[in-house]
Formats: sequence, structure tokens, C-alpha cells
Amino acid sequence: MRLTDLTLKELWHRKSQLVSGLLAITLGIGVIVGIRSFSVVSEKAVAVNLDNLGANVLVLPQAASVDNYYSADIDAPTFPESYVERIVTSTLPGVDNLSPKLTRRVKIGNKNIVLTGILPKSEIASKPIWQQGGLMAKKVAASCAPKPAAEPAKYLDAKLQRKGIDSLAEADCFIGSAVAQRLNLKETGTLAIEGKTFTIVKVLPETGTVDDDRVFANLHTVQALLGTGEQISAIEIMGCCSEISDGLLGKLRNVLPDTRITTIGQIVSTQIETNKMMNKISLVFLIIILFVGSISIGNYIWANVNERRKEIGILRMIGYHKRHIYYILVLKGIIIGLLGGIAGYILGTLGAIWLGPQFAGIEVSPIYTLLIVSIALSISISILGSVIPAYLAGKIEPFSNMQED
Amino acid sequence: MLIQLKNLTKTYQHHDGAINAVDNLSLDIPKGSFVTITGASGSGKTTLLLILGGLLRPTSGKMSYNGKEINLHNDEDLANFRSKHIGFVMQSFALVPYLTAIENIMIALNVKNKNTTENKKRSLELLEWVGLEDRTTHYPKELSAGQQQRVAIARSLANQPDLLLADEPTGNLDPGLSEEILGILKEINQKQKTTVIMVTHSPMAAEYGDTRIQLKNGKLVV
Repeated sequence: MRLTDLTLKELWHRKSQLVSGLLAITLGIGVIVGIRSFSVVSEKAVAVNLDNLGANVLVLPQAASVDNYYSADIDAPTFPESYVERIVTSTLPGVDNLSPKLTRRVKIGNKNIVLTGILPKSEIASKPIWQQGGLMAKKVAASCAPKPAAEPAKYLDAKLQRKGIDSLAEADCFIGSAVAQRLNLKETGTLAIEGKTFTIVKVLPETGTVDDDRVFANLHTVQALLGTGEQISAIEIMGCCSEISDGLLGKLRNVLPDTRITTIGQIVSTQIETNKMMNKISLVFLIIILFVGSISIGNYIWANVNERRKEIGILRMIGYHKRHIYYILVLKGIIIGLLGGIAGYILGTLGAIWLGPQFAGIEVSPIYTLLIVSIALSISISILGSVIPAYLAGKIEPFSNMQED
Repeated sequence: MLIQLKNLTKTYQHHDGAINAVDNLSLDIPKGSFVTITGASGSGKTTLLLILGGLLRPTSGKMSYNGKEINLHNDEDLANFRSKHIGFVMQSFALVPYLTAIENIMIALNVKNKNTTENKKRSLELLEWVGLEDRTTHYPKELSAGQQQRVAIARSLANQPDLLLADEPTGNLDPGLSEEILGILKEINQKQKTTVIMVTHSPMAAEYGDTRIQLKNGKLVV
């Protein structure tokens, strides 16, 4: 009969108390797990929505401004297309999609439009709003959603990327909705630019951005047409917002020191603020549960100490030290924390899976790593809650059992 | 001498003034003796027993055990003193309610020896000695008052103490059972040469002592 056996026997002996103590910690952990399960799914959804806003980092030539990029001036500065490779080979974390572009203003008839050369795969991946328009049946990857670390950028293999050019044939083009309206153009029709005839493969849905006024063609076709050689005006990057907060721009500047790297401020700030807000909400819940959970466990252990005053007195009388009393009570807290952590994880996960589709319209999947977090958190709460009652129990005089019942 | 008390005083503060439960008491208790302490309620006999067992700190005075002064103000030292040298038998039996008879003894043995097999063997021997070998897995509530007190006596002997302190050990027992328990205490004293100090109200129980002490207002009468 060791103190651990004694603790287990006491827990079993007072089963109804054990249930009430477990209930408190289970509900607390269940709420955390439930909220976290919801928030992980909703964070992904929010991240996807934020990604729909488009690229958030622009790499421009040193001498260019953002205005140059959007106005597509004829003499706007350019830089070599090989800079894309430099970013890719640096394997910087948080760089999800790279979209090199060459943009120039051209005349079609008597109307000015902006011709943009793109590498289709990367362009399309960084404009999910187009995918929703049915251009490409491909799932959207959230740039800020949790994912395996050091996922390589999608432009890693240059040969693969060049294969992608084939999907936007040398003489194909997409046109923005405003261009289609102004020039009265339709899909499968043709469009002559600078003496070259393009087939319109898609009229892009209206986005309310400058893209509505653009014609998109294969980058290499546009480079040849405008005689720029392997030059580009900009690289649009969909950077993960948390990585941007962690200094992605500085790291990019190290990779491309002779360029101007800037964020599309509103998008980035929206992404960062949204993520911060969601993290804060989770943190507030965590603090509340920690506080309330510790008090609940503390209250439970203290009630247990009061009920066991005589028994603690007996143990002290037969020679157990204060540290043994601390051990018994903190061990009890740890056992309750362990059981409560497991039960809370199961309760919270099942609750989120059941309630998710009914109340929030989202499918929630079990997050197995939360089991470890739940147990660790639950045990921490229980230890925190049992420390003070255990300390006070150590002060119980060993002659407490001398008083008659 | 096993125990020497010198000018021992225990004062309790009450709202209407200080009361000396033990008042400047000096006493020598020889090894192997059976001492009974009697006195009216409030005479200080239980307070004296608590101090002797290292369960209560005196306000002033000194206590020596086997010629060595005990630090009565160090909690850890007192816990070691209790586990090494003292066995306790209480009026209310002081058994842990959710432990069986054998576990109540093993938990006392565990203070000094962590070997469960050895502790179990020793506990069984003790239960046999008090005639409860067929009640090893019984919980206190499944035992009669006399049987509970026998388990308590077996536990008090677990660590082979030099001194057994008994506080009204027959207080909850009928006369027949009282004699049985007192007989066991006498046997412990005579056969194992364990010093026994017993506090009692009962003149009959006091007769078992070879040294009888009476207290009045915290002082020795006899």
C-alpha cells in the first residue's frame, strides 16, 4: 500500500465526488476543444476568403512605384523573369503563389486597354475568384491556413511551370469583363493586338478590380509581342499573413536586393487583423477556462481536504510528512486532470462535430493533436487548482483525529 | 530513562485569559514501564500525551528521548520521531475508512519501508497476532469496535516502536472488550518490552499500569 494506491483507493471510495470534480474539468476542457475545433475550421474558411482578395505582396523594379504597376505605363521599368527562380530556390516559408507579370498599355482600335502577360497556372492559383467563375476546377488553398511546415512554393520546378504555359496557348487570351463590354467581345471570338490575333478562351467574371480592364495572354507571347525580352513588370506573391508579420518582406529583400518589395496594405492589414482577432478570441476563452477551471478544481480539492481532515491527521500521526500530504492531493488533481482532459477532448470534439453542421453550417473534423493539448491543459489547471488546498492540508495538525466523532 | 520531561508547559490562549493545560511539569518515564495517566476532564492528560507523541508543541520546557533532547519545534523532526519511535492507539481507532484492515497496517509500514511484499507479510503477521487473520480484507465499517481497535493496535506496532501511546483506548468499548484490549496492551508491554503510556478515565483500566500518574490542572497529583 503506497501513497499512489491510497490516492486511487480514495478516488474510488468517493466516486460521486469524483464525478462532480471530473464534470467541472471535463466541461471546461470540452468548451475549449469545441471552440478550438470550430475556430480551426472557421480560420481556414476565413483564410480562404482572405486569399480571395488576391496577392498581397508585390515585387517591383527598384525604380517603379505601385502606380506604375497599375497604370501600366509604356516605359515602366522591368526586371528579369529569372528573379522568380531566385525566390523559389530560396524556399522562403510563407510564399504560396508567385505570379510574374508583364503589363503594358496597348491600343486596340482607338481604345486603350492593358495587356498583361501571365504564366497561367500561377496566375490562376493566385486569383481564386476566377476559379469560382469556372475557369479551372481546382480547390482553393488557403495561404494562411495551417499546413505542413516548409511547403515549397508552387513555382519550384521551372520545367513544370513551363508545361503550364501550354494550358494557355500561345495565341489564347482571357479578357476582363469591362474589356468585353467596351470592345463588344465574346468567348471563342478573336482579338487582334499589335498585329497578332488571339482567341478569347474566357471572359472573366467581373471582379471590381483593375483586372476587369485587362487582357491576359501568355507571358512569353506578350514578351515577344512587345519586344521586351525575358523581362517582367512585377511578381505578385500571395504571402502568408503570419509570415508577413514575421518579416517575410525583409527576407524577400535579402533575396532580391535590387527590387522594391511592398505589400498591398489593405489586404495584408485585413488578413493580419482578422487572424489576430481570432487568436485573441481563443486566448480570451483559454484564460477564462484556466481561471474558472482552476477555481473549480481548487474548490473541489479543498472540499475534499475538509472531508479528509481526520484521515490527513491519521497519516501525519503515523509519521507521514507534509510533502506526502501535498503528493496525495496534487496526484489526485493530476489524475482528475488526466481523466478530465481525455473526457473533455471527447466531449468537445463530439459536440463540435454534432453542432457544427447544425448551427454554423460547417463540417468539423477531430483534431487529434488537441488531445495532447487537452490533457496538458487539464493537468495544468488541476495542478494549479490543487496547490493551495494541498498547502493548507499540510497545515492540518496531526492530532486532528484525537477529537471524537 | 526513555523519556524525561523538564518544566514542560502548554498554554492555550482563550478570550478570557491564558490557561496552562500542562503546567511546569517534570517527569521521568523509565524504559519498559506501563504508565497510566488519569485525571478529570480538562486536567491536561490528553495534552500531555500529545506532547509526548510529538503531535503537539509545548509552549516551553524540554523533552528528552533516550537521553537525547527532541527538537519539539521542527515539524520534519517530529514526523520522523513519530514514525521511528511511537505507536498510537486512539479512542476513535483512527483507521482510514476506505482501506482494508491489512492496508491500514501497510500504509503505516510504507512510511519507513517501500517494499510492498515485505510490508504485506509483516501486516499479516500483526493481524494474526491480534487474532484477525480472517479479517484482512475487511473495511473498518465491516469490523466490530473491538476488532477495529485490534487493527489499530496492530498498526501501532507496525514499525516496532519503543513507545506506545494510548488515548482512552477502551473509551468506545464495552467492559468485556475493554479487558481484552487492555490485556493486549499489557502483553505488548511485558512480552515485547514496549513502554506503554495510557490515558484513561477508567479506574479499572488504570489498574493495568505499573506507574500511575494523576493530573490536576496540568500538574502532577501523585
